[in-house]
Amino acid sequence: MRLSAEKLAWSVHGTPLLTDVNLTVEPGQTFGLVGPNGSGKTSLLRLLAGLNKPKAGRVLIDHQPMHTLKQRAIAQSIALVEQQADTTDRITVHQVASLGRTPFLSALRPWSKEDDAIVAQALHDVDMAHMTDRLWHTLSGGERQRVHIARALAQQPKILLLDEPTNHLDIRHQLSILELVRQLPITVMISLHDLNHAMECDRIGVMDGGRLIDSGLPQEALTAARLRQTFGVYAHVVDDPIDGKQIMRFRSEV
Amino acid sequence: MSIALTRPTASRLGLRWLWVTPLVLVTALIAGTAIGETPIPVDTIVKVLANQLLGADYAVDRIDAGIIWNYRLSRAVVAACCGTSLALAGVVLQALLRNPLADPYLMGISAGASTGAVAVAVAGLGAGALSLSLGAFVGALLSFGIVVMLAHAANSGVGGGRGVQAAGAIILAGIAGSQLFNALTAFIITKSASAEQARGIMFWLMGNLSGVRWADVTLAVPAALFGLLVCLWHRRSLDAFTFGADSAASMGIAVRPVRGMLIIAMALVTAVMVSIVGAIGFVGLVIPHAMRFIVGSRHTRLVPATALAGAVFLIGSDILSRVLVSGQVLPIGVITSLIGAPAFALILVRGKRS
Repeated sequence: MRLSAEKLAWSVHGTPLLTDVNLTVEPGQTFGLVGPNGSGKTSLLRLLAGLNKPKAGRVLIDHQPMHTLKQRAIAQSIALVEQQADTTDRITVHQVASLGRTPFLSALRPWSKEDDAIVAQALHDVDMAHMTDRLWHTLSGGERQRVHIARALAQQPKILLLDEPTNHLDIRHQLSILELVRQLPITVMISLHDLNHAMECDRIGVMDGGRLIDSGLPQEALTAARLRQTFGVYAHVVDDPIDGKQIMRFRSEV
Repeated sequence: MSIALTRPTASRLGLRWLWVTPLVLVTALIAGTAIGETPIPVDTIVKVLANQLLGADYAVDRIDAGIIWNYRLSRAVVAACCGTSLALAGVVLQALLRNPLADPYLMGISAGASTGAVAVAVAGLGAGALSLSLGAFVGALLSFGIVVMLAHAANSGVGGGRGVQAAGAIILAGIAGSQLFNALTAFIITKSASAEQARGIMFWLMGNLSGVRWADVTLAVPAALFGLLVCLWHRRSLDAFTFGADSAASMGIAVRPVRGMLIIAMALVTAVMVSIVGAIGFVGLVIPHAMRFIVGSRHTRLVPATALAGAVFLIGSDILSRVLVSGQVLPIGVITSLIGAPAFALILVRGKRS
């Protein structure tokens, strides 16, 4: 599915958090969202997920305005992995992942074998299949994040939004989650702090002060000038001798 | 194929234990009817029930029949309904507000009910035309209305995400509203009540099932069933709130209408119960937590388990309130707290260990 935003604006108590954001993520693309703290990445993802109604502009899912859709219909297409979502409930990994089936269940469409298979696959995809009966509060931060992603995958979304999903993960699981997300055949928008990880996305959007100031191919968007201006760091590129890919190194001074 | 796939769904949800529910409930009701200052044998109860319900014609002592049918059974049924409703209201509020301290009285209902009852009983509002119960019901709704308006107005004044804001606002508004109405109650009592009246009011406030008759049953049963059905119907929505309102929204729950409807439904049911039996504390706070320890947090299991446990707990408490001190009926609220608090502490400690 194609996800686009037209002139999106969002504010809280008169403080503008997003101003005039226009973007389009083509079907199947992985779109990386980068920007310093407080640049509006989370606010943008929340509007795109339908959690907040924009103060101006609109979100389109395959040319259909989001505000014409019910919450349930939105959730059948879009899944969101929030940055922080915790619970004090005694709930198992399998039960959390099962929550992802909520938008498809009703009194007339009860839980089925098919739902079991979808949840099992989602847990397998994030490498948590061996922990299905573990209680939530016994999990580490990274394990929790992977279960959240499994929950989102169990929603079988056409569009997946992830807000800094690699934050609590160890390096192996950072890479495996990014690899998984990139290989998903669906449209993905992911906010990231690690700019080298962002370089692996199909396209990148750079946020600053509530505006989408640049978007395009990674090497076009993340130029040395851009990094100095937006992130306040000096970057230089080195070549990885193993696969020839480019890696960025950052310094706070020249 | 993994184990998760082959396991039958019904057993994983624990529904194979569902048949126990009516059995336990009926046993509790019979116990509630049999035990009291004059113990009545179970076969007498069965005979009276057969006479009344099935039109049978067993010979039973007329005094026994009167006690069973007019006093104890109606009382036990109302106790069951009240326990179920308060406990379910607790489940819903704890789930929606994501606050383990949420209970049905949080919304100012008991405080408002007290003020209403006191205004009728002591200050003579309505000049005898209003019953204590009606006064309590009106007071409860009035207070709840004020709390909701306050929560709505205060919504933006609390920090945190949108979902956290709404939950925080309603808790703070509930505290403010309760304080206001408690002060009003105290004001009316000190202003116009005699010592005798004040004692009677105190008794009522702590919960009292003595005056319960069949007319109350016809109100309590539909209210409790309504509460149960609403909770069962929305069990998946309640589950979806596990990680908060935003997460529920991202899984397709229309948060505002669903949350508003559930809270209003529970407030109504609670108001009905409070107007019949007074403000019985502890049930709505503790039964849900105890059941979470036992059956887990999924509402498909938690709702039926809590409904049953609340009913049985209150019937049991009522029995104890009648037999603990001979010749005297204790306020049931005293029993629920005296028995419930240590039992809950035990569950908490053992739950931590497991």
